[in-house]
This record gives sequence, C-alpha cells and structure tokens, in this order.
Amino acid sequence: MNFPVLLGKELTEQWRTYRFLVIVVVFVAFAGLLSPIVAKLAPELLKSMASSSGQMVIIQLPEPTVADVIAQFLKNLTQIGVIALILVAMGTVALERERGTAATVLSKPVSRLSFLLAKFTALTLVFAVSLALAAAVCYYYTVVIFGYLDAGIFLRVSLLAALYLWVWLAVTFLCSALFKSQIAAGSLAFGGYVGSSLLSIVPQVKDYLPGALIEGAGKLSLDAPADVGRAVTMSLAMVAICLIVAYHIFERHEL
Amino acid sequence: MAAIVCKKLTKHYGPVVGLDGLDLAVPEGSIFGFLGPNGAGKTTTIRLLIGLCRPTAGRAWVAGQEVVFGNQALHTRIGYLAEEPAFYRWMTGREFLIYVGRLFGLGGGELTRRVDELLELADLGAAAKRRIGGYSRGMRQRLGIAQAMINRPPVLFLDEPCSALDPIGHKEILEVIAHLQGQATVFMSTHILADVERVCDIVGIIDHGRLVVQAPLEELRERYAAPVFLVKLEANDRQLTTLADSLHKLPWVGRVEVGENQLRLFARDLAMAKRELPKLVAVSGLTLLRYELAMPSLEDVFVRLVERER
Repeated sequence: MNFPVLLGKELTEQWRTYRFLVIVVVFVAFAGLLSPIVAKLAPELLKSMASSSGQMVIIQLPEPTVADVIAQFLKNLTQIGVIALILVAMGTVALERERGTAATVLSKPVSRLSFLLAKFTALTLVFAVSLALAAAVCYYYTVVIFGYLDAGIFLRVSLLAALYLWVWLAVTFLCSALFKSQIAAGSLAFGGYVGSSLLSIVPQVKDYLPGALIEGAGKLSLDAPADVGRAVTMSLAMVAICLIVAYHIFERHEL
Repeated sequence: MAAIVCKKLTKHYGPVVGLDGLDLAVPEGSIFGFLGPNGAGKTTTIRLLIGLCRPTAGRAWVAGQEVVFGNQALHTRIGYLAEEPAFYRWMTGREFLIYVGRLFGLGGGELTRRVDELLELADLGAAAKRRIGGYSRGMRQRLGIAQAMINRPPVLFLDEPCSALDPIGHKEILEVIAHLQGQATVFMSTHILADVERVCDIVGIIDHGRLVVQAPLEELRERYAAPVFLVKLEANDRQLTTLADSLHKLPWVGRVEVGENQLRLFARDLAMAKRELPKLVAVSGLTLLRYELAMPSLEDVFVRLVERER
C-alpha cells in the first residue's frame, strides 16, 4: 500500500505550487480578518455615507453584535471560499489525465483507489488547515473588537461551515474525475453550486441541501434552536456518493 | 519461453480500428523492435500490454501474468516509457526518481544508490537538483528511461525511446538498451529503422493495426529484402536518369533509385542481374567508379512489406 507516498507527494505539490499558500491567504484574509472588521465598520460606514449626502436621513441601525460577525464569516466562506475551492480543486484529477502524469504513475504498482484517495485527503487537509487558521484569526479579532465570542458556538459554526466546504470539495473532485479538461470540471462544479443555491428556494428540498448547514450555523449564532441533523447526514452522504462515483468513473478511464 | 504474448488483441476507437487481431510472441531476454509507420498501432499495443487501456477483444500475457485493464499487480514486473513522458514539473529529476522508487517499495540506501546509478546512466547528474519544468525534451526523455528502469523490470516497454534525443544521447540510450540483452525483455516501438538494426534481435512490423511480419532481423533481410546493386558512375543527372529509365524497363529489374553520381538497383532476378548489369553499364559509355552488391537494409524490407500490404 503506497498511500503514504502518494499523500506525501500531493501535500508537497500543494505547498510547492503555492496552492496551499493561496488558499490560506484567501481564507484568512476574507473570512478571518475581514469578517469582524466589516461587521463592526459597516453600520458606521452607512451612517457616514448618509450624513455626507447632505439630506436629512435618519438611519437607525442596531449596534453590531458577534452574530453579525458570524453571518459575515459564513457569507465569505460560502461565496469567496467556495469559488477559491473550485478553482484549486478542479484540476486535481483532470490535469493529471490531460498532462499524462496519471499514466506515468498508474503504470507503477499504484491502485486507482489510492491515487484518488491521496488526492482527496490532501485537498481536505489543505482546506481544513486553512479554515482552522481563518476561524482562529476571526475568533481572535472578534474578541479584540467586540470583547466576547462564545468559543463553543463558534466551534460548532466553524464545523458546519467546514462540512459545507467539504461537500463542494467532493463535488468538484467528482467533476475533476469526470473530465479531462479542468475548465469543464470547474464549470460543472460551479454550475452545481449555483443550481444548489437556486434549489434552496424550494421549501420541500432546502433542508436537504448543503445550504441548510449554513442556515443552521446562522441560527446557532443567534442562540436559536437549530436542527441540522438531517443536513449533516445528507452532506456526509453527498461526500460519500461523490467519492464512490468518482472512483467508479475514474476506474473506467483509459489512460 | 515467451515474455510477451498477444492473442487476437484488438482495439477499436469507435469506428476506427487501432489494432486488428494482433498475434505476437516475444521471447524472454530478447530486444524486440516494434516497427511501423505513424498511426500503425504501436502505442495502442503498448498501452494494452501494460493495462492502461481496455482491449475490444483478445487477450495478452506479460511476464507470465495475464494483462487485466486497471490491475496494477503486473506493474511490479514491468517498466514503461511513454511516447511523450509526463512528469510533475515542480519536482526535480532526483525527487521524481525517488518518488517512483518509493512507489515500488524501495527505500533507504538501496533507493539512494539506485537513483544515483540511474541519474548517471541518463546523464542527468548535473541537472538532478533542477526542476523538471526547466528540462529540455531530450533530458525529459532520458529521465523517462531512468524512471522506467528503477525497479530493474524483467520486461521493459519503451515507446519511441530515442525520439527527441541529440546524436550523443541517442547513441548512449541505444547502448543502454543493447546492454539489457539477456537481462530483460525489451519491447521497443520505433520508426527509426537504424535503431532497430543496431540493437534489436527480433523485429515485428505492424501496419494499419495488423502484424505484417515477425522474425529475427537476419531472417527478415534474407526473406524479404531484394538484392541491391550500388553502381557509382562519372555522369551527370540527365545521363543517370536516362540509364535508370532504360534499366527500369527490363523484366529482372525492380526499383531503380537515382542518387548523386550513383544508382541503386533492386534486382528481381539476382542471377540475371549479376550477369547482365555490368554489360549494360559498359554499353552506356559512362565511367564506372564503383560497383557492389549491397546488403539489403531493414529500410528496404520495411518499405517493401508495408507497400505490399497497401
């Protein structure tokens, strides 16, 4: 079993090709740093814009709270975070087929299952570390700016966000195993992301979509009851299905 | 005993026939030259033999094991160089060889020694710590040969191993391949006939996905190559062409090629040619500089066989 050798190569590749650095910077900057700052400054900004317009506009905004920080954190992760994720993961299998490196490696004693699992594990680790760093930075600045943030709630919110990102990672990975072109893989994954957002307006299905994780996380931040059990189960099932289908498709590809 | 056996191996790509019922047996320890024009089915055969693509029909065995698409069990016993070898551009040459060695379960001092040995063999010692992305095509080709040999495979598949090499690299790689004779079975596809003549002991010629012939090199020459007469004359192009045209009309003459100050004449009837040709040259009034009955080359055999098939 040469899974550790393959995983080592994948992690080194993420590091040497600066993908890991890019993901960390995007997550930490947008989700970690900007979330508490934007939550704090947005109301001030709105007020100053209204007063500078010279008209008598009375805007009454509630004082920003940590719930606003979490909402901003979730928004940044589910938008910029997902786009960054698709861009980084879309070539993971497709590029190896397109460039011929898959044929080089798979003519050695390497199973296709190990080949795929090493790639998915490496991507999962890269995004998990990036999200953990972003969450730590966000937590720190929220405590500095707002004085308090419930660590338990924030941890649960972060875990739900992590699962949400993991679903889109698995979907992108599946798309990458489907096509030889990373652009085609990325476009299909992005289409799935947009399609899922559109589907979430249908009440009968929205509780089963990954978006329900983020809705649940939002409720948690407001101390409201959030039943995310069904969404968590569905999301884990989606990850498993994506991986199984990716394997069965990749197993049939001629190289 | 045969190291590679194909029985009715067939591959269709939609309506296109890539390989058409290939029957082949390559003896153990031989260097097998797999010759054919572009698109004849050489690369398809190799990809089928290492299990990277699925046959439409037929079966194959390599190193005593049946080839099964996607099954990597065979891969511990083979080495493979692709026609255009692909690498991770961010790795250095040494890192790539270490990576491949580890995939074969090598490690420690054994791996380091093997990597050093192969880097020297591939003349990549000085570039070992440079990124592969900066390698020339020839360097990548040499690295490809090195990685194919890391596990000392009993069967080595080389798809056009000498393409992209400069003359010195070309000669060195051929020497490496020749050195493997008796130690490993080498299945080498190429369209460079001179390479086959230099290193291969058995030749298979493939065209349009079908095996035209398989035989030891000497036997091929004897069986299929028409005798060639080389006649060097002191004459201009017009005189040579006139003579070639008159010779071509004779029933015992096959093809006549006009070169610089010389004619190459392929005889249909050797005895007749030996008797008649000197007389005809004398009658032409041209000064004879050289006259010899040349050994037929593999190129002559190849052209003749492939043309006959078409």
